[in-house]
Amino acid sequence: MKLSTLLASAALAIGLAGGAYADDKTKVGFVFVGPVGDGGWTYEHNQGRLAVEAEFGDKVETVFVENVAEGPDSERVMTQMALDGADLIFTTSFGYMDPTINVAAKFPNVKFEHATGYKRADNVSTYSARFYEGRAIQGHIAGKMTKSNIIGYIGSFPIPEVIRGINSAYIHAKKVNPDVEFKIVWAYTWFDPAKEADAAKVLIEQGADVVLQHTDSTAPQAAAQEAGNVITFGQASDMAQYAPMPRVSSIIDDWAPYYVARTKAVMDGTWTSTDTWDGIGAGMVGIGDITDAVPADVKAEALALKASIADGSYHPFTGPLKKQDGSDFLADGETADDGTLAGMNFYVEGITGDIPN
Amino acid sequence: MIRLEKRPQASQAFSWAAPVLAVLATMFFGGLLFAALGKDPLASITTIFWQPLFGDFAFYYRPQLLIKGAPLVLIAIGLSLGFKAGIWNIGAEGQYIMGAIFGAAAGLAFYPTESVLIFPFMILAGALGGWIWAMIPAILKVKFGTNEILVSLMLVYVAEQFLASMALGLLKNPEGFGFPGSRNLQQYGSAHNAELIAGSGMHWGVVAALIAVIFAYVLLARHRLGFAIRVTGEAPRAAKFSGVNPTRLVLFCMGMSGLLAGLAGMFEVAGPAGQVTIDFNVGYGFTAIIVAFLGRLHPFGILLAGGLMALTYIGGDIAQSQLGLPAAAIQVFQGMLLFFLLAFDLFTNYRLRMGRAEVA
Repeated sequence: MKLSTLLASAALAIGLAGGAYADDKTKVGFVFVGPVGDGGWTYEHNQGRLAVEAEFGDKVETVFVENVAEGPDSERVMTQMALDGADLIFTTSFGYMDPTINVAAKFPNVKFEHATGYKRADNVSTYSARFYEGRAIQGHIAGKMTKSNIIGYIGSFPIPEVIRGINSAYIHAKKVNPDVEFKIVWAYTWFDPAKEADAAKVLIEQGADVVLQHTDSTAPQAAAQEAGNVITFGQASDMAQYAPMPRVSSIIDDWAPYYVARTKAVMDGTWTSTDTWDGIGAGMVGIGDITDAVPADVKAEALALKASIADGSYHPFTGPLKKQDGSDFLADGETADDGTLAGMNFYVEGITGDIPN
Repeated sequence: MIRLEKRPQASQAFSWAAPVLAVLATMFFGGLLFAALGKDPLASITTIFWQPLFGDFAFYYRPQLLIKGAPLVLIAIGLSLGFKAGIWNIGAEGQYIMGAIFGAAAGLAFYPTESVLIFPFMILAGALGGWIWAMIPAILKVKFGTNEILVSLMLVYVAEQFLASMALGLLKNPEGFGFPGSRNLQQYGSAHNAELIAGSGMHWGVVAALIAVIFAYVLLARHRLGFAIRVTGEAPRAAKFSGVNPTRLVLFCMGMSGLLAGLAGMFEVAGPAGQVTIDFNVGYGFTAIIVAFLGRLHPFGILLAGGLMALTYIGGDIAQSQLGLPAAAIQVFQGMLLFFLLAFDLFTNYRLRMGRAEVA
């Protein structure tokens, strides 16, 4: 209690001082889980930060701290940013959820935005992207392109977000290629080039000629390039340095429009606590250039699929679909609601193997 | 010509001056590094060392120093006992993880029962978890002569896998919508390692660290076992003649360091961290090795070194945010500290001689 009073009065003092000096710069803080040069997840969040700076120029000041461990360190970094006068703080990893809520309770006048979590407060919004929409397009291309009919998938952690992606990719690969089989390796990391390379090699040895990844490094791309005749997709970032082969397309997280919009809302005083889950339509999920390694007709189909998801006429989880155990998931024409998607903890019918527990 | 000459006796003065010189050299060369990155070196150094202690928001950062420093000191004290005797437990990180898992599991087993007995039980469980994990390399060493450095280090990676499995499976929060991570112990009164005085940063882990410092000092200065530890490190043959039992010593030193690391993990998971998560461990077990050496393997030295290390972490994060220093530069800065310490340590046993060596 005592600390929060102290912090609140300090925040108030800063607010007053800020007013006195007519410092109307909006200060936006970013807490990053990896290094900004990771080429994937954190890199894209930092691109979003740079977009905020480019958009508002002198009117904003952005600060960031990278490589912040989840837990008490992140709580301290957020508190420090709030003490230093941040008006808006983006916390960009799932593990920052409870720390964000804790710090937000001490600084009611600072707005917080937590990526990929589910806990909100009056001054805490959550936001995430519908990556599974991109996975549908990946699955389509993968199903069409595979010759061995074995598609390898590097999973990070068996959480709903990742399982959703596997299901979405599988459904759309199966649709265009009934013989397709998924082999899934769990790397238990978001970013570890050595482990990811090993996982990719194992999958390739098992006959996979398409490797999909839910981890952030380019190591699987390099492994595929070395093996030859294996295709991959960029993850989180475009990874265009591996185009046209093995990288034939990519799912790109584009946080810039959201970060710009939320910063604007703070400036205008219109910010409210919301839960945003945007996909291809809103531009939060981008599909990287499909290279010429993909035949023109497949490319055209993929782009048509993208367009139908973007305009909302098609939902990647549309029935009839069954769960892995054979029970009904979605009836003919029914689409999955967001609650089901958010907590997805089962494979769809046809995927072999169990979700690790 | 400059050459190194072995001192007839290790210089006591240099042994104590080395850490101070290492800090000064780190400040100087760190400043050069920051300047090369285009930042004001003086501002960078003062941000790191001054802001957390005496800056505008010191009222917040000072308690944070305790929170960050306590696990480092607790683990380093345990490690120093073994290091003094030439027993190298490099796997404190794994023991820290196991202590956290055992401690959290012991608490969560009773959820949502409230009882004053739960927290003491968690402390015992945490200590046991760390102790068991350290006994594996210890027993393998005394039974089969395996190398405790390799075994204890490898067990860190086993513990990490175990942690991931716990966060995703057995200890997963049943109300967490399928997301990994246990219930938050901060929201479970009986299991919460709360601050003893709100806003002070003082939690039971800090108290335990201070007790460990005093305990280690008494042990080394006054107790027969402390004598055995010291003499084994300094003169193994003499130790044998004086009747030191090497097997018992290995078991004690490994067990004690595992126990303290386990306690550190337990206090962390029940307090500042709150949850068993996949990324719960952040390297305290490895950083504590630096702290132990920076503190000259002396209990009070370790206390100071733990504080200093915590300072560079907290100040480093402030410098990142306020001055835009990259995280990697802060890590290089911390690495320099150990590097210079080892470099200056050389002069404890050697001295520089100018001029030509006389022909014997």
